[in-house]
Amino acid sequence: MSKTLFDKVWDSHVVQQIEDGPDVLFIDRHLVHEVTSPVAFLGLKNRGIKVMSPKRTFATADHNTPTINQHLPVADPLSANQLKALEENAKAHNISYWGLGHEKNGIVHVIGPEYGITQPGATIVCGDSHTSTHGAFGAIAFGIGTSEVEMVLATQCIMQPKPKTMQVNVNGSLNKGVTPKDLALFIISKLSTSGATGYFVEYAGEVFRSISMEGRMTVCNLSIEMGARGGIIAPDEKTFEYIKDLEFTPKGAAWDKAMTYWSTLKTDENATFDKKYTFDGDAIEPMITYGTNPGMGMGISGGIPTAESVDVGAATFKKSLDYMGYKQGESMIGKKIDFVFLGSCTNGRIEDFRAFTEIVEGKKKADHVTAWLVPGSHKVLNAIKEEGLLKTLEAAGFELREPGCSACLAMNDDKIPAGKYAVSTSNRNFEGRQGPGSRTLLASPKVAAAAAVTGVVTDPRSLS
Amino acid sequence: MAYDKFNTLKSSVVPLPIENIDTDQIIPARFLKATERVGFGDNLFRDWRYNQDNSVKSEFPLNDKKYSGKILAGGKNFGSGSSREHAAWAVYDYGFRCVVSSFFADIFRNNCLNIGVLPVQVSAEFLQKIFAAIESNSNSQLTIDLSKQTITIDSTREFETFEINSYKKENMLNGFDDIDYLINIKDQIGEFSKNTPL
Ligand code: SF4
Repeated sequence: MSKTLFDKVWDSHVVQQIEDGPDVLFIDRHLVHEVTSPVAFLGLKNRGIKVMSPKRTFATADHNTPTINQHLPVADPLSANQLKALEENAKAHNISYWGLGHEKNGIVHVIGPEYGITQPGATIVCGDSHTSTHGAFGAIAFGIGTSEVEMVLATQCIMQPKPKTMQVNVNGSLNKGVTPKDLALFIISKLSTSGATGYFVEYAGEVFRSISMEGRMTVCNLSIEMGARGGIIAPDEKTFEYIKDLEFTPKGAAWDKAMTYWSTLKTDENATFDKKYTFDGDAIEPMITYGTNPGMGMGISGGIPTAESVDVGAATFKKSLDYMGYKQGESMIGKKIDFVFLGSCTNGRIEDFRAFTEIVEGKKKADHVTAWLVPGSHKVLNAIKEEGLLKTLEAAGFELREPGCSACLAMNDDKIPAGKYAVSTSNRNFEGRQGPGSRTLLASPKVAAAAAVTGVVTDPRSLS
Repeated sequence: MAYDKFNTLKSSVVPLPIENIDTDQIIPARFLKATERVGFGDNLFRDWRYNQDNSVKSEFPLNDKKYSGKILAGGKNFGSGSSREHAAWAVYDYGFRCVVSSFFADIFRNNCLNIGVLPVQVSAEFLQKIFAAIESNSNSQLTIDLSKQTITIDSTREFETFEINSYKKENMLNGFDDIDYLINIKDQIGEFSKNTPL
């Protein structure tokens, strides 16, 4: 029978099917961080059991960590306590822990792929919704809640009803100045934040073949913002090239054997999806959001839609625009901004820093703009230095911070003040996401860079 | 963590007729620093309940004395956003045992089921009827019968059936959780894992 890529990976991990219930799904890799794990470890303790498979479990600290002075003790006692809890839990259960200051430390979804923990055909979970990132490698990866973290720690399995499948095809190619982030924001604006709820999305078509692994990660990362359980892209030469010789990828004969399997990981020709969408890549321009969810995005040169033209209740739409301080029909170009945030598991990789640097090179940061440039990991940080990007950035008046989630969810001190506008490369523009009362405009690293040097929303294509 | 059994629930309702209520509103990230599952109810909808100077926003339904009860009714696409189970904990800890909406985000729905909060998905029309009933009488009660899978507006006797898979339903009725189930089949899992390379 013809199968989709998703079906192939899912079916090969089903330990047991429960009638009219969920599947018992085996999990190959479990990523753990400080915020969603302590109560799960407490649960194990109460039940008197140990982690079933420490070798499949990887812990890092990222959500709740400072992005300056990481060599000093963490000042906030609650954060320090949470970090200590993870360190102790990791030790007690024999789990590898790449804590603050560790050379491999970074955002969980950035380091997984960097060290080859993320592999094609694997099932990967983490107590963080953007686990969907890892789908870029042809893995089934999705976010889980803390009860489920406990479940996987205890039994290496999770109970999940099998999601429906959706294929999103984007043909053609992306125009100059248009990045994978724009591609993703475009798709979400078409499907809405609930358009893919209940589905696992496979991205297919020329555009996804042509973009880099980093770009594929950005798109899969944002799958969750249209409600999808996750996103997946069939592995190809680019995928294998990226993971070859990484610390956790198989070597020698094991690599050859894995390659034989991995090369079968594609959707069969006659396989069917529960839903299909097709878009034209050439029709996409740089995107920016104007509202308080990631589905409220628009082409940067356009105008904010009117209440009648969108598919939410008028009251909800108005509440959102009031919060942002915007009016329907207005143009976004020229809107003043106060902060720029480059980073997160969506756009905190080396390619994103290259894109940002390319735009700001030879220009100066606008005086009134505060810019937080936060690499996704130490590996990214080192690459920024080695490639000479740091020099260019510093010459343009920018400084780098240390790796972590930072202003993406503002659990640490990196909070956008109330009422201020931030152009952010992260993934959520919910009310208060980047700090109480903060106003977020989601965009690509290029749009963020253009805003950082002009101080207003600017089409990066208008800057040479 | 096993939880209370859920059978029938008869209660008045707190209405939140807003769409796309996301997990950052339900529990803002700055309240996720705990290492134990206590006290989250205090910060449920924190930034909608309190002004930045901590004064109370009295017009917000959770602060409005006319509304109370163990059922929270929210607009379409409730619980979108993050996987933080803290959102479901906050709902539970505040005292809600059931959330009614015309559409739920996946992870939030799962998280609720895993801790003993029943997510009840109704049609958009029925949700409007619930809001209308509360508007005409803020003490309007709903009855939720899990074994029959029905939700009824007591004042008008109008009802709808809702879906839940039979495995989860059994769990909720008995207060079992998935971990109990999985631990029982650990040998089978162990066998399976031998064939899955690291
Ligand atoms: S960067 Fe943001 S979305 Fe990504 S893992 Fe951290 S908090 Fe979650």
